[in-house]
Amino acid sequence: MRTALIVARRELGGYFATPVAVVFIVIFLVLQGLLTFNLGNFFDRNQADLAPFFSFVPWVFLLLVPALTMRLWAEERRLGTIELLLTLPITQGQAVVGKFLAAWTFCAIALALTFPFVITVNYLGSPDNGVIATGYLGALLVAGAFLSVGSALSATTKNQVIAFVLAVAVCFLFAVASYPLVTDFLSRGTPELAEIARRISVAERFQSFTRGIISLRDVLYFASFIGFWLFLNTVIVDHRKAD
Amino acid sequence: MSALIEIEGLTKRFGTFTAVDNVSFTVARGEVLGFLGPNGAGKSTTMRMLASFMTPTSGTARICGHDVQTNSLAARRSLGFLPEGAPTYPEMTVLAFLRFVARIRGYSGAELSDRVDHAVSLTTLGGVRLQPVETLSKGFKRRVGLAQALLHDPPVLVLDEPTDGLDPNQKHEVRALINRMTSEKAIVISTHLLEEVDAVCTRAIVIAAGRVVADATPKELAAMHPSGRMDDVFRTLTQPEPAG
Repeated sequence: MRTALIVARRELGGYFATPVAVVFIVIFLVLQGLLTFNLGNFFDRNQADLAPFFSFVPWVFLLLVPALTMRLWAEERRLGTIELLLTLPITQGQAVVGKFLAAWTFCAIALALTFPFVITVNYLGSPDNGVIATGYLGALLVAGAFLSVGSALSATTKNQVIAFVLAVAVCFLFAVASYPLVTDFLSRGTPELAEIARRISVAERFQSFTRGIISLRDVLYFASFIGFWLFLNTVIVDHRKAD
Repeated sequence: MSALIEIEGLTKRFGTFTAVDNVSFTVARGEVLGFLGPNGAGKSTTMRMLASFMTPTSGTARICGHDVQTNSLAARRSLGFLPEGAPTYPEMTVLAFLRFVARIRGYSGAELSDRVDHAVSLTTLGGVRLQPVETLSKGFKRRVGLAQALLHDPPVLVLDEPTDGLDPNQKHEVRALINRMTSEKAIVISTHLLEEVDAVCTRAIVIAAGRVVADATPKELAAMHPSGRMDDVFRTLTQPEPAG
């Protein structure tokens, strides 16, 4: 774990040494602000909660998280630094976990910087801050899920654009799996598939967090989702590192 | 003299192409082995297998007795490796990069700073310590890669083209550095510069198309051709049918 944290620290430093950090955080905050206040009718609803804010979080992450993960392995492979990193006394698992933790910490920082929303809603009314806290926890888990997908797909290619597009596409599938568009289509032929699609959907799981519910099943879902993709990531790195 | 590097029947195939074909040799403490061959002969592939970056198709290698496949972490702890082209993270400063490698190598506190300072002074990087690696010239980048490989004072050094792209002064410096370390280490350097063999190596292995075609001291190697010139020896050994 210590080694993974050293990798994470270097990776996180990399975000802040380049314009990636500033661009990501500014765009994230601007998008969340615009969507919440305009599309989400934050003020007109006359309700002291962050429901409109959280309803857009998965969609903003869908677009931005792959931008964060696309460089994780693709750039390492393009620069050849993967040969340096993986010939140090470090396991591939440690490298994968370290990189994931760096990106996740970065998302946590971006989420933390949305604190003015919390202050605003507390100033205007008396919201249930417990629900807001579980909403943030859910948002962080959604970010983790998308990050694990993006990181694994980044290891499949040297090209960051391909890594980005693949990650958006796969994350989109997991985001919309529970939407009527998908489930209706599936239930026409095979109702079992529609049920499975609903269960593996990231958006569906996130919903309960935004209602203030933390269920063990949802937490286990996210843990195993992230675990599966990170395992896949390790396998892909092992298989493709020297190509 | 004990063999710090042992390679046994090392083979690597990519599909139907055999990049390294049943290569075996040992390198003892105090030896500097020049690994020669034309481009694409399998030098880098062999070195990558030594550094546990590639998995051999068959055969194996041991570094200080640690098998690179079954005990890969221990093998990598005893090894300082300079990958081809000396890749480093461009946005990091020299110091931050070396401290990162030192941390991964398990150092902390005062010892970490001592190790980094020592590596910086060995490779005379003092003047550029706080510069991002991407702003450095090719020669400095190569030295950053060397500093990273020397940081933990490993018994085994594997350097893939350590002087490639350096100017004559820098080449001289790197060779002097290698000569200073010779006595206590087993060193393998790959190169296609034949003068390098005379300058630093105690022994040379020539490989062509993945096979070892010669394993001798530089003097013996030079005697293999009537002209006594390394260039001629190299061409005779590595070309299936000598031109002309």
